[in-house]
Amino acid sequence: MKRFAKQALFYSVLAGLWIVLAKLKIWPPYVFPPPQGVLESLWAGFADHSFWIAIAVSMKRMLLGYSLSVVLGMVLGLGVASNKFLEETMGGLLVSLQSLPSICWLPLAVLWFGLTEKAILFVVVMGSLLSVTIAMETGRQQMPKIYGMAGRNLGARGFKLFWYVLLPASLPYILSGLKQGWAFAWRSLISGEMIFVSLGLGQLLMMGRDLNDMSQVIAVMILIVAIGYLVDGLVFKTVERRLQHKWGLAPAT
Amino acid sequence: MTPNPAHQSVTTGDRRSRVRSAARWKPGDAALTISLRHLNKPAIPKVSLEGISLSYKTNGGSRLLALDNINLKVKAGEFLCIVGPSGCGKSTLLHLIAGLQPASSGRVLIDDKQVEGTGTDRILIFQELGLFPWLTVGQNVEFGMKMKGISKAERNEKTDYYLRLVHLGQFKDSYTHQLSGGMRQRVALARALASEPDVLLMDEPFAALDAQTRDLLHDELERIWSETGRTIIFVTHNVREAVRLGGRVALFTFRPGRVKREFLIDLPRPRQLEDVTVAKTAREILNDLREEINKSLEEQYSHEAVR
Repeated sequence: MKRFAKQALFYSVLAGLWIVLAKLKIWPPYVFPPPQGVLESLWAGFADHSFWIAIAVSMKRMLLGYSLSVVLGMVLGLGVASNKFLEETMGGLLVSLQSLPSICWLPLAVLWFGLTEKAILFVVVMGSLLSVTIAMETGRQQMPKIYGMAGRNLGARGFKLFWYVLLPASLPYILSGLKQGWAFAWRSLISGEMIFVSLGLGQLLMMGRDLNDMSQVIAVMILIVAIGYLVDGLVFKTVERRLQHKWGLAPAT
Repeated sequence: MTPNPAHQSVTTGDRRSRVRSAARWKPGDAALTISLRHLNKPAIPKVSLEGISLSYKTNGGSRLLALDNINLKVKAGEFLCIVGPSGCGKSTLLHLIAGLQPASSGRVLIDDKQVEGTGTDRILIFQELGLFPWLTVGQNVEFGMKMKGISKAERNEKTDYYLRLVHLGQFKDSYTHQLSGGMRQRVALARALASEPDVLLMDEPFAALDAQTRDLLHDELERIWSETGRTIIFVTHNVREAVRLGGRVALFTFRPGRVKREFLIDLPRPRQLEDVTVAKTAREILNDLREEINKSLEEQYSHEAVR
């Protein structure tokens, strides 16, 4: 509760500062909108359903793209981790490719797929695939070997060994990578949507810019942050807590 | 030991059952089951190791011979203990029998049929157990059956049976990290037994336990062995433990591992670690073992001198 009080205080001071700055009218309101203007934009956006639609479209792309990169990344990461040749050749490429912002793939994606959903999906996958792959690779290596041996010993082989033993055993080691992959995918998606016109939060943000409507821009920014925070807090934190409880890594709550 | 009230109650439960099983014990029981099995399959040993050798490359590039021409036969229902100094390859031998690792040469036969790779007819209990922390105790125990594709109802029934056998009935839904060391050990035993293997391979399973828990588990293992009639190959560096449990003790030499001598232990059961007869037999074996330990120490020191 104490922590909550501190946070409440912090955010009210921040909001107060914003109100005062806006009241001083140093900049015109279309450059520096007051908080109530942003609130109005938020209200209006939800009222005319444009925000709901944008969120739905963006989340659909996220889920598709992210699931794709999780599946692909796990297969790739496992391959790299269990094959010496792949590790020595592809391992370095993967790490170096990770320094490339995924939005750099957009020109290629547009050439290959046109201005379609596929191009956006491609950018999202490229944004998170490498994180997942590298996480899976290191997770597979960090995972104690005993689990794989115990699994084989008890008759697990092939896909069963992967699904029932290797995957759950490496989960604590790959969870942070999965989380990072989600964050990268989210950023790639928004930048992708900002660059080419399509429904979605990124486009809504650019529309605000085109209309010189800074209230809308800030409203959408708040939405993007809020969704990212919610997914982290609701999905990943829950998974993390349950894992820690099961594995006995933290005191049970 | 942690003052865990749940564990206390189990401990007392164990003691009661120990008294019970000791009272019920008839010396001829185990021998009877063995001889009955022998009527069905006269001369075929349960496990045969034929000329097993293992060598591998060291970091320096030279080849190291870890196991040298191991020949051992284990009868069905026999309790064989393997003792030797650390570094004699006795744990590695269990991994070879379990099929987790290929031998450089030689064959492993079960019922006169050569085996390759892992198989649920031979289940290894690892020194570090390898229980799955993401599964509950019950799910750990049923894991092998699940891999075999046994129906859920049968799995449930057998899981309950084997958990009761190791006195962990009320811990089915706990996670393994919530249990004490001795209880985890029993989960591993139940998990191995639930796959109903012909051969149980145990790799220094009680080395990390405190003395009281270990004594208790000795009693339980002896009881379970006599009740289930499994063939057990038990690796330990503790000679008294080997004499306490085994019907036969095979002494391994230090690197390369060879069978130096075999001892038939025909002391009456149930035995106790403190029995004079056990101590006496152990001393005899220990005299032979000490030579090997000295060899291992010498090698260690000579390496250090070179450095």
